[in-house]
Amino acid sequence: MSRDMNSTADMLTDISQAEEGRSLWQDAWARLRKNHLAVLGLAVLVFMIVIALLTPWIAPYAYDAQNLDLGATPPSAAHWLGTDIFGRDLLTQIMYGGRVSLAVGFIATAVALLIGIGYGAIAGYVGGRTDAIMMRLVDILYALPFMIFIVLLMVVFGRNIILLFLAIGAVEWLTMARIMRGQVQSLRQQEFVEAAVSLGLPASTIIRRHLVPNALGPIIVYTTLTIPSVMLLEAFLSFLGLGIQPPQTSWGLLISYGAETMEEYPWLLIYPGLTLTITLFSLNFLGDGLRDALDVRGSKD
Amino acid sequence: MWRFLAARLLQAIPVILAVITVTFFLVRIAPGGPFDSEKAVIPEVKAALEAQYRLDQPLLSQYLAYLGDLAQGDFGPSFKYPGRSVNELIGAGLPVTAELGLYALLIATLIGGLAGVIASLRPNTPQDYVPMALAMIGICMPTFLLGPLLVLVFGIRLEWLPVSGWGDIPGDKILPSITLGAAYAAYIARLSRAGMLEVLSQDYIRTARAKGLPEWQVVVKHALRGGLLPVISFLGPAFAGLLAGSFVVETIFQIPGLGRFYVQAAFNRDYTMILGTTVFLSTLIVLFNLLSDVAAAWLNPRLRHQFGGAK
Amino acid sequence: MALLDVKDLAVSFVTRNGVNRAVDGISFGVESGKITAIIGESGSGKSVACYSMLGLIPMPPGRIDGGSAVFEGQDLLQLSESQLRKIRGRDVAMIFQDPMTCLNPYMRIGEQMIEPLVYHRASSKAEAMARAVELLGEVGIRDPESTINNYPHEFSGGMRQRVMIAMALINEPKLLIADEPTTALDVTIQAQILKLIADLQKKRDIGVIFISHDLAVVADIADEIAVMQTGRIVERGDRTGIFENAQHPYTQKLLAAIPAGGKQNATAHDDTLIRVENLKTWFEVEGSTVKAVDDVSFDIRRGEVLGLVGESGSGKSTIGRSILRLVPVTGGSVTFDGTDVTALEGRALKDMRRRMQMIFQDPFASLNPRMTVFDTLAEPLLLHGIEDRKSVTGAVLKLMDDVGLMRSAVRKYPHEFSGGQRQRIAIGRALATRPEFIVADEPVSALDVTIQAQILELMEELGREYGLTMLFVSHDLGVVKHLADRIIVLYGGRIVEEGTGERLFAEPREAYTQQLLSAIPGRSLLEAG
Repeated sequence: MSRDMNSTADMLTDISQAEEGRSLWQDAWARLRKNHLAVLGLAVLVFMIVIALLTPWIAPYAYDAQNLDLGATPPSAAHWLGTDIFGRDLLTQIMYGGRVSLAVGFIATAVALLIGIGYGAIAGYVGGRTDAIMMRLVDILYALPFMIFIVLLMVVFGRNIILLFLAIGAVEWLTMARIMRGQVQSLRQQEFVEAAVSLGLPASTIIRRHLVPNALGPIIVYTTLTIPSVMLLEAFLSFLGLGIQPPQTSWGLLISYGAETMEEYPWLLIYPGLTLTITLFSLNFLGDGLRDALDVRGSKD
Repeated sequence: MWRFLAARLLQAIPVILAVITVTFFLVRIAPGGPFDSEKAVIPEVKAALEAQYRLDQPLLSQYLAYLGDLAQGDFGPSFKYPGRSVNELIGAGLPVTAELGLYALLIATLIGGLAGVIASLRPNTPQDYVPMALAMIGICMPTFLLGPLLVLVFGIRLEWLPVSGWGDIPGDKILPSITLGAAYAAYIARLSRAGMLEVLSQDYIRTARAKGLPEWQVVVKHALRGGLLPVISFLGPAFAGLLAGSFVVETIFQIPGLGRFYVQAAFNRDYTMILGTTVFLSTLIVLFNLLSDVAAAWLNPRLRHQFGGAK
Repeated sequence: MALLDVKDLAVSFVTRNGVNRAVDGISFGVESGKITAIIGESGSGKSVACYSMLGLIPMPPGRIDGGSAVFEGQDLLQLSESQLRKIRGRDVAMIFQDPMTCLNPYMRIGEQMIEPLVYHRASSKAEAMARAVELLGEVGIRDPESTINNYPHEFSGGMRQRVMIAMALINEPKLLIADEPTTALDVTIQAQILKLIADLQKKRDIGVIFISHDLAVVADIADEIAVMQTGRIVERGDRTGIFENAQHPYTQKLLAAIPAGGKQNATAHDDTLIRVENLKTWFEVEGSTVKAVDDVSFDIRRGEVLGLVGESGSGKSTIGRSILRLVPVTGGSVTFDGTDVTALEGRALKDMRRRMQMIFQDPFASLNPRMTVFDTLAEPLLLHGIEDRKSVTGAVLKLMDDVGLMRSAVRKYPHEFSGGQRQRIAIGRALATRPEFIVADEPVSALDVTIQAQILELMEELGREYGLTMLFVSHDLGVVKHLADRIIVLYGGRIVEEGTGERLFAEPREAYTQQLLSAIPGRSLLEAG
């Protein structure tokens, strides 16, 4: 499609007075840029991701470097955020924990996206009885108490990080499927899709050129809002001791350790907690900003 | 209305059956039996134990037997607390968890609903920004962080409130209830704000103003009913979330409720206890979802009509 | 003395992009016992003017810049909100456009109706209910004692508007403001509601402000007419003055936009292009069968414009969509130039689609919001191999010339155009494949009246130029008579009557056709034209 656009542009060079149009994407971007909180959220998020990617090279200490003689110390010049009871540098721990937390957030959301969009698009496009059966299944799954099931899965199959991705992704895809189906269904009834059918366009082109670009807005918004809820879920499980297992760590796990010793060493609770909260804040602000910018109606539930 | 209710109840049965079945087989296919981990169990004793818990029978007959017991309200014996049944444990934990959940839900709906409505009356002014910023904090601050922080500040530093227990010392119910309710208050605030804003922009609100009604009557009589409908539908999922949240809160505050039992059972691999609590909690959640759906439909005359009820 | 005397009223909206003067110093009066109509297109400020006097626009962003509105000796603009509230719903009542959304769906209509009475006159609930029942009877609601306990969704659109009117009248106001009260209704219902308003007004001898975009609607009922354009009243006068002796060019343009007269010089050939036989299109809706089109047969000759007229639910749109294979057909056949369209598949269907195109009702929904004009117009040309990549630009620009769009707008997106311009893009897309046959489904009903006239003119012109055969679907008999060689009247999925426009108007044979004809607003004008 981008090739089409380029050749289009070439051919239009001879119309010197052609005015440049502003697509809805450009409009949305302009609106988003005016939303300072959303821009800040985006900046913080990019910062976090860059740090997470570079952690093995820029972390101040080795991941497993212990100093039992040092023990837990408050923040200092050598250890900016202090150390834990084994004398491990907290900043290093948070950086490595961030890699896991962010990875769970993004990968599980990707799983949810993949399943949800595919499922929802098929149900919405095919319609009729297939749609009814497919959505009935989603309704039933919706009624299941998934939080309890994830706990159960973790207990039964051991604390496996891959399983965690899959389990969380498997919960979150339901909402995505509903949104995608709703989008496809309402778009299908739009007159511009009818117009495309009456032009004789094949179904694949209608989906690619007319349905997908118009369904993308809500999908982007809900993706941005799914990531924080997934991260929260992971942290929740890790806090209960049912998620990530040592020697790996995550923000949830760090908070859990911090809570145990908060009376003596409050920084062990406060800094990981702050990091997680700031990240969730950024994602939620960005999501809210995108929702306004792309003018997506409806609430998150 | 009754037909609608009956139809929804009928739909709930396969869901609950599915929960029982999936949980049962999940637990059974878990690697290792419940008595493998214990060291030096004499084979005869192990066989006797397995016979006692019917583990020596084929899987299908175990399943059917379990269903049969369930139908009589019997969740079976606990693996790890010999001599105590799962029913007893649930019976001991439920009142505590229910009370905690009730307080949290009250805090969430009252504070959240009020904040949302207040914010919606003057959108994009400080009256909107302040409660909504607080709500955002509530959503981003996980229960397991808020709990310890509250304990740290109000329990340890200020020494205003007790930091653990349930019903032992006066005031020990305050922190857990707030911790559990805060996130849902935040959700409900956002939900009710969005719902109210939607309704307040409707034509029938203009009609009400054109009648000369004072603003408070416009809000209370005309806007609230429609605006808070999304909150009613949210109460079902919120209840499920509260139960899950009670795992954390009961662990932090050492409250002897169902959530803490469940987490302990998970660690102890007390399979009958996990199975029993899962089934019990799931059934509760399904029923609560049903209840909030029915309530939402009841409040909406269009739906009430659609499902063939009394006019 | 005038009941309401408005002088130099000016209202602005302050937005981030600057100050927008919505009402720019207008003056008009309303007398007791008279109907004053304010006519204007969307955005002319006609509603804002009336709402602002009663404190019903949100402030900010709204702002009253000046002027006065004296009602019974009091300047409404100087009153506090609580003083205004005592007037709203008691001395001045309102009815609105869409009866679907203007009644609270969560309250029984009785509860809603008695509110003004209970609040303003401190009546007891029982008294108020008795009065409400009485009024419901007066506005023509059957069995008011029991229906008063119904919810709004249990009424049809027309009945809901009657409830609205009864509610507005419950305090016996001195002034009634009716904002487009019939725009959302079918034409026969519209006629009933107009008559009801006029009757009630005479009986009570109250003043009425009737806001409308359609001059024809008020032709039979208005005493005074004020024509608004972009925030100003451009012409004021009594009914005869406006209709027979309009001075301002804009008023003349509005009058000219009322479709009048029959189709001139028929263009049809003798051979049949389309033959529809025993067409049935049924839908399954929640377990029951809706027979949207039920055993309909007709022919369209090459070059002919066939008008399809009916109210909502008559199946007129479904017939067009059935011919184009946009909805699955239940039974019967559609023959296009000797080929049965209903049996086509794959390649043959695609080729047939090139020859038949559609123009849709809503220009805001019929264009892909994420495609530029160029992409929209080039798509059919490239798809059917009419042009190649090299020549397509020239062909797109030629199409834009044909439908009257500026070439320089070729890279713009739909949201950057007005409704009329969008409809031009949609027409361009339909013509791109060089079709022989076009279904136009209410192509002008979503547009302002002056724009309607332009688009209809464009369609006539292009129809001749491209030698098109057309099925013109509309609820508006006036528009159809103006454009169509032959008219089919539909009711409940079946054909009621068929004939030339002249014949149908002069001697309608069926009762339903007669009813439709007598419901046309401003009938007298139409016949004069």
